Amino acid sequence: MSQEIINADVKGAQSNAIKCLNISEKKVGLFVTCLVNTMRPSVGFAAIKLLEDAGCTVDVPESQSCCGQPAFNSGDDEGTRQIAYQTIKQFETFDYVVVPSGSCAAMIKKNFVEVLKDQPEWLARAEHLASITHELLSFLVDVCDFEPSGVELEGSYTYHDSCSGYRSLHVYEQPRKMLANVKGLDHRPLHGHSECCGFGGTFCVKYSDISNEIVAEKAENVLATEADYLLGGDMGCLMNMAGKLNREGHKEIEALHTAEVLAGLAPQILGGKNASK
Amino acid sequence: MQANKPENFYQNVKDALAQPDLKMIIRRTTDKAEAKRAEAIANFPGFENARKQGQKVKDHTIKYMDHYLAEFEKNALAQGTIIHWASTAEEASKIVLDICRQHEAKKVTRSKSMLGEEIGLSHALDNSGIERVETDLAEHIIQLAGDPPSHIVWPAMHRSREDVIKLFREYHKDPTYSEEIIDLVRSARRDLRTKFLTADIGISGSNFLLADSGSSCTVTNEGNAELTITPPKVHIVTAGIEKLVPSMAHAIPLLRLLTRSATGSEITQYITFHNGAKRPNDADGPEECHMVLVDNGRTKMLADGMEEMLRCIRCGACMNHCVVYKHIGGHAYGSVYPGPMGSVLTPHLNSLEVANKQTHACTLNGRCEEVCPVNIPLPKLLRSLRAQSWDKKYEPLTNRFVVKAFAALAKRPMLFQWVSSCGVIFMKLCSRKGWIRSMPLAGGWTRNRDLIEPESKTFMQQYKAMKKAKSDGA
Repeated sequence: MSQEIINADVKGAQSNAIKCLNISEKKVGLFVTCLVNTMRPSVGFAAIKLLEDAGCTVDVPESQSCCGQPAFNSGDDEGTRQIAYQTIKQFETFDYVVVPSGSCAAMIKKNFVEVLKDQPEWLARAEHLASITHELLSFLVDVCDFEPSGVELEGSYTYHDSCSGYRSLHVYEQPRKMLANVKGLDHRPLHGHSECCGFGGTFCVKYSDISNEIVAEKAENVLATEADYLLGGDMGCLMNMAGKLNREGHKEIEALHTAEVLAGLAPQILGGKNASK
Repeated sequence: MQANKPENFYQNVKDALAQPDLKMIIRRTTDKAEAKRAEAIANFPGFENARKQGQKVKDHTIKYMDHYLAEFEKNALAQGTIIHWASTAEEASKIVLDICRQHEAKKVTRSKSMLGEEIGLSHALDNSGIERVETDLAEHIIQLAGDPPSHIVWPAMHRSREDVIKLFREYHKDPTYSEEIIDLVRSARRDLRTKFLTADIGISGSNFLLADSGSSCTVTNEGNAELTITPPKVHIVTAGIEKLVPSMAHAIPLLRLLTRSATGSEITQYITFHNGAKRPNDADGPEECHMVLVDNGRTKMLADGMEEMLRCIRCGACMNHCVVYKHIGGHAYGSVYPGPMGSVLTPHLNSLEVANKQTHACTLNGRCEEVCPVNIPLPKLLRSLRAQSWDKKYEPLTNRFVVKAFAALAKRPMLFQWVSSCGVIFMKLCSRKGWIRSMPLAGGWTRNRDLIEPESKTFMQQYKAMKKAKSDGA
């Protein structure tokens, strides 16, 4: 993995860096997210590669944990505040904070201020953090004007727009725009592309059977596209849909984080059909 | 069908998911509603403006509720309407029953009213031996079937055409043997016509109360509200105080939003503004008009910072677009109001202790807020109810423990990282061929789906090793 990144297309990175001169001096802090950290580290490395290609200097604070969604969505405001304090301290000094997940980015951007609204000092710091925090795919396009070049992936993809990214952060065009530059990759529209997959964080274990009905329907829609890859920007949704597809015996489609595809790291994915070859 | 209870939500959900046809039956209605709404909104370029305007009208009226209620009362009294104030559901339904008793009513007709359901009027009338005739077609169907409503706009959506054919043949005096919709509707009309004309009292709800005239507006497609209100000697309106708007001009943008959001139509067949009892020169109309204005938790919502919910105009769009509602249906919620709006309202009408599970049965995906014609931030309100449940310790102990343990770890990043890496080792042990089919403590996930096998090391472990290799190399 690490060798991959060190050997990344240096020329491509340089040309992109020149294109993104406006942020070339900018320091980006990567908020890895729990699911990327434990379940899919390759997404984190893909994010670093893309951000560096886009001309950013990336640092990953080692003392980071979770964005606090499980506590916040369960109604534990005090627990959320404790998590928010240390996340703010870790990340507030960066020029930008980038998150490879719409829901974790939305948590930092929208909900820290909600739980800290009665603490003026922290509120100001939370507002500052919110203003510099971005979801990865929208950051690459909206802030860096990044266009991937020299990436190839043979096949077709369909796209699931995760709810938080789509509704809270308006991530929709950006991934599609970048994926259009991947050679050999065609888009197959997904019926109900922005309808919830049934993940919902703790919802999917608390109400496992309702979640199952929702994801079963999503899986049907995904299969109907006959695409080779199911792409998205949130590991939670991707794991939910991939897990259901696999349980139902559908190996013909592979779920990948969009960053993995754009960084050209897709074939290394563990558990995927390409890896087993 | 026996009404479900909100406190039995888990069991209600199980029962709903076990019904093989339920999802298909719900979809027949919600898919059509979704498509028709989308088309209506696309053909209404002023939608976003109307939405902002509608929200403003509601927010303004709610903010000056005391003023407009007083104005409404003054103007309604001026046209001879008798005003009653009810602070609870029981009080409201007792007021209606007392009026019925005073007039020795034997038969009452009712046009569809969710507020009527909320105050338990159906049961109260049935228990007091008064013949209750539901005149809305869907309400007529569920009255015959003995069901509670499962949707606030289409209360009989859980019943199939086959069910209706059976019910009508069993209960109508002059039933049809055709299975065509038009013939079924005619059969219901024949059954209801004589009842409209022989009722002692007509009871209606209200879509809007106009403060500057003291009138009440009903929105229907069947004309049954007009036939409920006009022939009997006495008309009783039951309405929640949040139905108030300053004037007809203020009701219009809300009407445009309501019909499009509910059924996808630009306007309904009948929109009527009722102005109290018959005046000396009127050809017809009730001789006496009563209005029962119901609080039942609404002013408390205002005090509790839930005022945004009082904007609700009961269009049902939030449930038509809710992935959870679409799979479990309205009855599973065990309350009068189902779906997202119901999950916010029920804790206030009933109690949070009884109805907190519903506030968690939501993925917070935001679709309900996206389609709400008056911009109610339903996910935010549901989340704030979860926070109240958390503070009041209504959450099951195991959930509390897991969330607390997680939060305690998450605020200690180094420990969190270490536990994450242990988790990866544990998951690797449970994996086979790239997937985990079952794993201790993860039954909620693996009961219905597989879990991807993680890489051997966490991102942080790999990142640190990479950085070290780089600095060693340099």
